[in-house]
Amino acid sequence: MKVSVRLFARARDLADCEQVTLELPDDATVGSLRSQLADRFPSLAVVVPALLVAVNSEYVTDGTSLTPDSEVACFPPVSGG
Amino acid sequence: MTPLIELTSDPIDYHALTEQVRSNAAGAVVLFLGTVREMTAGRRTVALDYDAYPEMAIRQMQGLAEETRQKWPIEKVGIVHRLGHLELGDIIVAVAVSSPHRAEAFEAGRSLIDRLKEVVPIWKKENWDDGRTEWVHPGVPSALPPNAAGETHSR
Repeated sequence: MKVSVRLFARARDLADCEQVTLELPDDATVGSLRSQLADRFPSLAVVVPALLVAVNSEYVTDGTSLTPDSEVACFPPVSGG
Repeated sequence: MTPLIELTSDPIDYHALTEQVRSNAAGAVVLFLGTVREMTAGRRTVALDYDAYPEMAIRQMQGLAEETRQKWPIEKVGIVHRLGHLELGDIIVAVAVSSPHRAEAFEAGRSLIDRLKEVVPIWKKENWDDGRTEWVHPGVPSALPPNAAGETHSR
């Protein structure tokens, strides 16, 4: 399945794009997405371990399963306020 | 009650926000403002740029308002965060909360801003006085070369 991933802040700058599309196995989890992100975008590798992942605007962990309609976002720790 | 939750690129009208959380059922209103500070660990900031994942930021702020209501007897909550380019002294965020008594208004206000800094997907980019910029990501080492840190505060 194809999954689009929105990137923010330093992750966006390092990848030099706002959104990437990954081809993942149908049983993919957030953990597999994280590994593929590091493989496909070596510039992101430095921040991949620290990336927070959200699906449909809620935080998820590496064990969470993905579906083709998941709205995925990855970003380094937040610094608002 | 519907919490007033907003992201804005305009200056925050904290007086209007405070008025919106006032209530005859409340004996206490607490307002917190976060503002752009000049010095951080010996380095001088000239401006900050804020960006967000807006849909998720709104949803997370609504979640925080709900979480706070479950812990304290809150009357009304308002949270407004500004995005874009902010200069020294500008207001970054305003949190207003009302409750029957002051103790819970202070505690709820403190919790709201602390939790916002942990979970709401908003990021700041430092504009240092040496012309460099960097995104701030707590727990992630700075992307600037190590020799850059501290060179601006030797005077």
